[in-house]
Amino acid sequence: MTEMLARLGAGWILAVRHLGRALLLLLRILEGLDELVRRPRLLVEQLFSVGVLTVLIIGVSGLFVGMVLSLQGYYILSQFDAESALGVMVAASLLRELGPVVTALLFAGRAGSALTAEIGLMKATEQLSGLEMMAVDPVRRVLTPRFLAGFLAMPLLAALFSALGVLGGWFVGVGLLGVDDGTWWVQMQARIDWHEDLYNGVVKSLVFGFVCTWIAVFQGYNSLPTSAGVSRATTRTVVHSSLAVLGLDFVLTALMFK
Amino acid sequence: MTEERRVRASTAASAQTLVKIRDLHFSRGERKIFDGVDIDIPRGGVTAIMGPSGTGKTTLLKLIGGQLRPDRGTIEVDGLDVHALSRRELYRLRMRMGMLFQSGALLTDLDVFENVAYPLREHTRLSESMLRKLVLLKLEAVGLRGARHLMPAELSGGMARRVALARAMALDPMMIMYDEPFTGQDPISMGVLVKLVRQLNDAARLTSVLVSHDVAETCAIADLVYVISGGKVIESGPPQQLQESGSEWTRQFMHGLPDGPVPFHYPAPDLESDLFGRAA
Repeated sequence: MTEMLARLGAGWILAVRHLGRALLLLLRILEGLDELVRRPRLLVEQLFSVGVLTVLIIGVSGLFVGMVLSLQGYYILSQFDAESALGVMVAASLLRELGPVVTALLFAGRAGSALTAEIGLMKATEQLSGLEMMAVDPVRRVLTPRFLAGFLAMPLLAALFSALGVLGGWFVGVGLLGVDDGTWWVQMQARIDWHEDLYNGVVKSLVFGFVCTWIAVFQGYNSLPTSAGVSRATTRTVVHSSLAVLGLDFVLTALMFK
Repeated sequence: MTEERRVRASTAASAQTLVKIRDLHFSRGERKIFDGVDIDIPRGGVTAIMGPSGTGKTTLLKLIGGQLRPDRGTIEVDGLDVHALSRRELYRLRMRMGMLFQSGALLTDLDVFENVAYPLREHTRLSESMLRKLVLLKLEAVGLRGARHLMPAELSGGMARRVALARAMALDPMMIMYDEPFTGQDPISMGVLVKLVRQLNDAARLTSVLVSHDVAETCAIADLVYVISGGKVIESGPPQQLQESGSEWTRQFMHGLPDGPVPFHYPAPDLESDLFGRAA
């Protein structure tokens, strides 16, 4: 019993120590933001690698999620003769929940894991140490641009996900299932609220972008400089980011839609 | 000797010493790496730090470069206490120190030219044409001007280290630290690197700190050798003196003897009891 309590305590101490380290790293990352004003090219390069290279998986997923949503929604709504509300249902689901959440989960799997692996390998091959010995701060030069790029890319990717989701839903609802085209768009225009739906969705994806990228760069920077260490860090990035996104989504939803 | 002359002599001696390590203690977890080490690295020479694998030679370079912090003791580089400096001051000092990592540590997304140009782009405002000339001169010094368009993945191990050496010299530092530069090299690459370390040290009036366990190559170019083991300096002096040392330990290391004070066998219960299951 005592041993179990001691192990539990040691686990908590380790978790708090990790959190403290992650917070200190975040402060150093934020301190380095002025570097990007002087060297915007660093940010542009990372926006390409974190954002643009993730567009394909986000776009295709958005399209299919919208199509499935429309299909499922039609079967339920048609039981109550409410097919006209299909467009609103698809758009609200995407903007409020599925857009930010699924984008963040896909982002963690695609871009987050790539960020962790890249930084971890730079550490394992002594590239980060090399930068330090060249009097170049690796946090400012390597971590800050990646962090900001992830933070900025997430809402843009979520917007793309939702937009293509609506188009996918329209294709199935209007094109295949026969919902009236005018009703689809007019209902959506009338019922979707800028603040309730759009603004809250953007806030959610900004929070998810912040957390997912923070986890990814921290795990990479904190990884053991071995192949097994980098592999474990990459796995931790995906698991921690996914759990953080789902947990935060509940908290944010509870706060936003009281 | 009068007090004044003694002070003058001591000042002159410290001016001759670029790196001064005093009472260095450093541990990783429970394991003691350094247990009261004193080392003086004179200016202008090639000083080798030698010892078996795992004795903390690379750790020593990281301590000198301020990448690790000692548990106790001081390290002074050019009169500055490395671990008392602010981050900005430490980075300013590092601009005068070059380091050659065992792996080369080249930035894998940049080609050879850009790797060597990297510290110049970071710390100077040279025009593009001046920068190009400087980089080509540095690459010429290591014999790789013709390889400037290659990516690090296209280089052999020896070439990667030569590019890293050109990069370490880019800012004309006062000292260069070499971490196991000869490990895993074929005889030709090894010969090239041995020659380069000595030539560059003399031509650029550098101070070189060389960490290695390749006895013959290191002794061929070093002016002073420190042999460390078990967290302490076992012996120091010119290579010739160490080759003829009376210390059993130094003799075993310098002549590569398989058994001696460092036993061939890792500590274990006796073979019979281990084989027939009577061991604990």
